[in-house]
Amino acid sequence: MNGLHLLPGIILAPFVAALILLFIPSTARNAIRGLALAAASCSLALATLAMFTYDNAAKGLQFVEHVPWLTTFGISLDLGVDGLSLPLVLLTAIILFAGVFVSWKLENRAKEFFTYTLLLVGGVFGVFMSTDLFVLFMFIEIAVIPKYVLISVWGSTRKDYAAMKYTLYLLSGSAIAFIGLFAVYTYVGSPHTGLGYGTFSLAELAKVNFSPEFQKWAFLAMLVGFGVLVPIFPLHRWTPDGHSAAPTTISMLLAGVIMKLGGYAIIRVGLGFFPMGAQYWAPVVAILAAINVIYIAFVALVQKDMKFVVANSSISHMGFVLLGIASMNAVSLSGAAAQMFAHGIMAALFFALVGQVYDKAHTRNIADFGGLAKYMPRTSAAFLVVGLASLGLPGLFNFVPEFTVFAGSIQRFTVITIVSVFSVVVTAIYVLWVYQRVFFGPANERWAGLPDAKGVELVPIVLLGGVLLVLGVWPGPFMDMVSGGIMPIVGRIVSAPMGGIF
Amino acid sequence: MSTLAIILTVAPLAAYAVIVFFTSRWKALSAGIAIAATGTSLALSIWLLLGMIGDPTPVHVSMSWLSIPHLGGIRGLDISMGVLVDPLSSLMMTIVSFVAFLVMVYSLGYMKGDEGFSRYFAYLGLFTFSMLGLVIADNYFQTFVFWELVGLSSYLLIGFWRLKDSAAEASKKAFVTNRWGDFGFLVGILLLFTIFGTFDFAVLAKEIPAYEHLGLIALIAVLVFTGPMGKSAQVPFHVWLPDAMEGPTPVSALIHAATMVAAGVYLVARGFVLFQSVPQVMELIAWIGGFTAIFAALIALVQRDIKRILAYSTLSQLGYMFLALGAGSMSAGMFHLTTHAFFKALLFLGAGSVIHALHEQDIFRMGGLSKKMPVTTWTFVIGSLSLAGLFPLAGFWSKDEILLVALREGQTALFVIGLVTAFLTAFYMFRLIFTVFFGEPVPAEHGHGHQAHESPVSMTGPLVLLALLSVVAGLVGSPWWQAWFGSSFGSFIFFGEPEAPHLDLAVALPATIVAVLGIGIAWLVYGKKLVRHEALAERFRPLHTLLLNKFYIDEFYALVFKWVMMLGGRVFDWFDHRVIDGTFDGLGSATRTSGGKLRLLQTGRLQSYALVLFGAVAVAVVLVSTNLIGGFAK
Amino acid sequence: MIGLTHYLILAALLFSIGLLGAIAKRNAISVFMGIELMLNSVNINFVAFNHFLHPQFLAGQAFAIFVIVVAAAEVSVGLAIILALYRRRANTGVDELDLLKW
Repeated sequence: MNGLHLLPGIILAPFVAALILLFIPSTARNAIRGLALAAASCSLALATLAMFTYDNAAKGLQFVEHVPWLTTFGISLDLGVDGLSLPLVLLTAIILFAGVFVSWKLENRAKEFFTYTLLLVGGVFGVFMSTDLFVLFMFIEIAVIPKYVLISVWGSTRKDYAAMKYTLYLLSGSAIAFIGLFAVYTYVGSPHTGLGYGTFSLAELAKVNFSPEFQKWAFLAMLVGFGVLVPIFPLHRWTPDGHSAAPTTISMLLAGVIMKLGGYAIIRVGLGFFPMGAQYWAPVVAILAAINVIYIAFVALVQKDMKFVVANSSISHMGFVLLGIASMNAVSLSGAAAQMFAHGIMAALFFALVGQVYDKAHTRNIADFGGLAKYMPRTSAAFLVVGLASLGLPGLFNFVPEFTVFAGSIQRFTVITIVSVFSVVVTAIYVLWVYQRVFFGPANERWAGLPDAKGVELVPIVLLGGVLLVLGVWPGPFMDMVSGGIMPIVGRIVSAPMGGIF
Repeated sequence: MSTLAIILTVAPLAAYAVIVFFTSRWKALSAGIAIAATGTSLALSIWLLLGMIGDPTPVHVSMSWLSIPHLGGIRGLDISMGVLVDPLSSLMMTIVSFVAFLVMVYSLGYMKGDEGFSRYFAYLGLFTFSMLGLVIADNYFQTFVFWELVGLSSYLLIGFWRLKDSAAEASKKAFVTNRWGDFGFLVGILLLFTIFGTFDFAVLAKEIPAYEHLGLIALIAVLVFTGPMGKSAQVPFHVWLPDAMEGPTPVSALIHAATMVAAGVYLVARGFVLFQSVPQVMELIAWIGGFTAIFAALIALVQRDIKRILAYSTLSQLGYMFLALGAGSMSAGMFHLTTHAFFKALLFLGAGSVIHALHEQDIFRMGGLSKKMPVTTWTFVIGSLSLAGLFPLAGFWSKDEILLVALREGQTALFVIGLVTAFLTAFYMFRLIFTVFFGEPVPAEHGHGHQAHESPVSMTGPLVLLALLSVVAGLVGSPWWQAWFGSSFGSFIFFGEPEAPHLDLAVALPATIVAVLGIGIAWLVYGKKLVRHEALAERFRPLHTLLLNKFYIDEFYALVFKWVMMLGGRVFDWFDHRVIDGTFDGLGSATRTSGGKLRLLQTGRLQSYALVLFGAVAVAVVLVSTNLIGGFAK
Repeated sequence: MIGLTHYLILAALLFSIGLLGAIAKRNAISVFMGIELMLNSVNINFVAFNHFLHPQFLAGQAFAIFVIVVAAAEVSVGLAIILALYRRRANTGVDELDLLKW
């Protein structure tokens, strides 16, 4: 379809760079971070190019690559992107690029840090690009594991506990999802129910008619397994600890990208192949989504550490993705997919800014601050922008997906949606309250020497903030792309009617 | 025409962007850019208004902003951004850009020397843009977008002196209180979309009357109305407006008196058909307005802060406007909005002039300013007379119109409320005037009388202009105008039927009498000092305390926040940490503990392993070879 | 007439004696001898079954040879370990060789 071989470039850049990094002496700091930056720039440039050369009219899977791998088991390294995954690829590239700048001045074991980070990002790229179920699962594992090291070595605040908690939660989720994966493989391999030969190719799997009973359980496995990543209440507790303990760049990737793996996999695999199962469980998902949104917003209200506020707000915002998934229509799912992108950018910027403050003040305790706007006007302005994005202010992108999710889901779950909409109030309260206590009010003399954001610190602010603003003002083409990617999935849902559990 | 509307809307935004990114260092240049942009908007909006007066056919263009196709039985999303120029919007944009322009000029003097001078003008530009965008919106979605943006500019400007705790607190309170209203608004337009599949005013105006489920429409109308209640600070969302006085005074004049708070009234007027299709909702709107009118006027009686008195007065007058809308007259509501914009902006700017001179806001620490600040004093008096509704000033005509509508629609109770409020209004305004401008100058060690001086021309100029308008603006809604030109305000801005103005002595006379009565009593107490006002306060101590504490509403909300929201947060946080973490950590430690116990079985002695192994084999053989668990033996 | 049953009883007795030796004796050499007894009892079974059930095939006897070969290999490895242990600890008591735990 498309002659450009962009995807292997995007995915190989971080892996190759990680490999080369192993051979660079750890004292060559400039070479190390330069290489990381080069890889990030390469991925970002190619992803941007892909974004603009993607044929929006033709829709569907583009930039397809096919490399046979374990043919005995029907596994091959298939790559391809559509309107659902391409924005997420771009999101990953943007956050990696911004993240490299955030860690630009890292001194402690920079080589290992960037190696692990690049591995992780490569894994994430793989998830979003694979069109082979097995490879997709494999890349999820690749993306998850380096995090353990990154948190436990470069982290703060109960980092060992957080790293272990994170790993155990996510691996438990993977285990459950893998059960689903093997069930699918067996089902498809059987000549009675499936194709008669084993395959993991998404295109081939789409040909199989899974029985309603099978769909129920398979979807549940995907929901619980990937729900941990999203995270879905009550499996969300790894998030606040993990986000808070992780170093800034990793928090950005964690909230910006890793959480999206879950949502993406649920939409791509769960909804795509088990629409009946999804419809069966939809009411449950909707209720859990509303709990995510509202309950966690209240939790964020009483946090004392800035990073915990942001981490909890991430869970709350990912609830909108779940709500969009539960409602299962074109509008709500487009909203959910776009919300993943919007929240990724917003959360990354949020963590970058909290990191900036923390790096300089060495505390994140909200009560310790006050009047920082006087000393750090740029940081405080950026913080306000991202805070406003988080509370869904029109003009910044986050408002668009939120509204879209609401407009879709209110047509199916009216009451639950209204309950979720209430989060606009709670979010406004906690965001502005934190902002007021940290940046407004009488200036605390203790922070008089804090330097304002400058130099490389401005890169994430300008890049991420710019994306939020541009897409917020003009979301049309972007949303067209996303809804184009969502449509085939919705088509399958529409053609497979099934009642909900209650 | 629509291009002009877009240009006049975007010009202040451009000014904002230029100031923020390029010129913030050069204060005068920044201010110049903002004023030039707003001046452009003003000129263009007057041009549009004149065009509309000539030919009142609405001009409507829109373009798709976001669209998601539908699939299955679910509505697709189709959002457009548009420009709607009709008499209502052209009038409103003229008011907005006019007041914004005057306020910017005025601020040149008022904000002189402030370190955030450029930032201030940038914010004003942002506000003007948002407000104009709100005015030209052709659908509910776009309205909501700009609705939020004016909320943002209001937040920024209230919290302009952000290093002051009270300003920071007030700005957050304003935003959050508005958010409560916006929550309802958002749900309302989402439901509208669910039912009708569109946000467009014009389409909805056709479809809503044909829709049969009146209950649903009523619900939506009430939900949508919570938006205006928040923005126009109607009870119970009124708490933010008095606190918003923490912002610079010109901002209070622009945002919290003339334009933004009137956005609620504008929205109700814009979506009039939605509200009008359910009489009970109209009744509700009228009563909320009436209640707010008298409620705020009562509180204004005892306040000491000059800006807070004006703020409560604004609340009260906004209540009047909603009363008019609820009673079914869009033109009366919009007419009062227009005149109120002029005289209330004038009063705030006058108050700003006083504050600028004295650096003091407590009216009982001022006095005798009429000699030192004649322009301020007399423009202020004109504004107050207009507000009190004295013939033939602007306020008279619009207030008269509202009372007339109330009476005509058979809302006698609301009519009486209106009259009482008119009396209270006249009283509290002249309490302020006699205390601040006349009477004895307060001794220097208590007050700041000695520093008082008239403000510079950049400040008095707008005052004079506004005073002029406060006198004559009402004429466009008077029977005389109708007689002279054959048309009037009511035939320009109307919904359904044009309303011809007429003077009904049964309304005008009592209204004028109560106003004069109010002024007279204020003069007796605060001018002639026949009765010491302290004694009066002592006499009605419980009532006085109640009013002074604003009926304890703020305290009530603080308690609710603390014991509902915060407690909720704490409980959920506890649940997260204890119950959920407890469960999963418990699972972890259970694994660890059981492992710790089980490892003791690992003795390391091969022989015991062998014993267990053989024992197990023996047991397995026995089980398999007997019928106990269905072994092979038959 | 001596039949299959007698051989099986003999093998069972031999196996039990070997098992007891392997489980209960303390000396590693004795344990080893017990294991050898068990292996040989199995050999008797192989040969006996072969002889009485399918005399035309030699599968049982072939297996017996296999077992003997494996046992020989095992003895060499086992004795080597025991010897190494004895050199190190001057002791071949099995009950003291319990390091492989926890």
